[in-house]
Amino acid sequence: MAFDSFTDFVAMGGYGLYVWLSFFLSFVVLAGVALETLLAKRQLAKKSKQLQQRQERLARRKASRAEVGDGNESKT
Amino acid sequence: MWRWLHPYAKPEATYHLLQKLLPWFVALTLVTLVTGVIWGLAFAPGDYQQGDSYRIIFLHVPSAIFSMGAYMGMAIMGAVALIWQIKTAEWSIPAIAPVGAALTVVALLTGAIWGKPMWGTWWVWDARLTSELILLFLYVGVMALYFAFDDARTGAKAAAILSLVGVINLPIIHFSVEWWNTLHQGATITKFEQPSIATSMLIPLLICLAGFAFLTVSLVMMRLKNEILRHELHRPWAQQRLEQD
Repeated sequence: MAFDSFTDFVAMGGYGLYVWLSFFLSFVVLAGVALETLLAKRQLAKKSKQLQQRQERLARRKASRAEVGDGNESKT
Repeated sequence: MWRWLHPYAKPEATYHLLQKLLPWFVALTLVTLVTGVIWGLAFAPGDYQQGDSYRIIFLHVPSAIFSMGAYMGMAIMGAVALIWQIKTAEWSIPAIAPVGAALTVVALLTGAIWGKPMWGTWWVWDARLTSELILLFLYVGVMALYFAFDDARTGAKAAAILSLVGVINLPIIHFSVEWWNTLHQGATITKFEQPSIATSMLIPLLICLAGFAFLTVSLVMMRLKNEILRHELHRPWAQQRLEQD
């Protein structure tokens, strides 16, 4: 241990403000990138679900239209 | 080697490889960064000239080195994208650039905060600081160019070319402290002779370097996974993946 007490550790030999500020800001910047990446993943999952629901809706509509008949049969 | 590498041109294969490797890299990042930072902050001895302010080195040097390392990686991916037209290589450009830019910001911020008590100023327009600032602008430029075109592949090509041109800045950053008079000190560990730093400080610094390396790789892997999913969203495998995790 390079410090005698916790107060000494926080004080960093008088450079406490600089040392802790640099560690804090570095953490904020790097954690920010990580957080943004995780949020983007969540956004993608949401988008994927919407895409799937739309595909299902389209498939259902197509199926029901085929059942009722949408006028296309008259061509045959 | 080509037979081994070739399947990874398929985005799905790359995704599964990343998926398998990522937990290990995240674990290594946490272990090395926590060890290195605690060792550097609390257990490494103070500097005889700079006192405890030198402890900023445990963030400043690793972030500066990997801000350049990430750029090199991005430029290599740019070359791969231009030569072999591999889509995964194109997508790794927007995966790497924000991580590299963040590392550059960290290097600049910690440098400024270290400069204030030691040099008496937050910033000087000297060669080392200016060339590192240009690196940040290069990252921003690459990102802007990548998204500036309606056709994504044209954007990727333009960004790849810019990233390759920007490589010229890397030796300028590295040798700036030798070529020009500067407030910034010379190289301490990235040189061919013995490192000019005490072993008790070098060991935690090396651990922090490993920590930042793993952090950089982990973040890039996470972002590349996102990029792959974004482009493969219409494929069933990507939809299944997103549902599972």
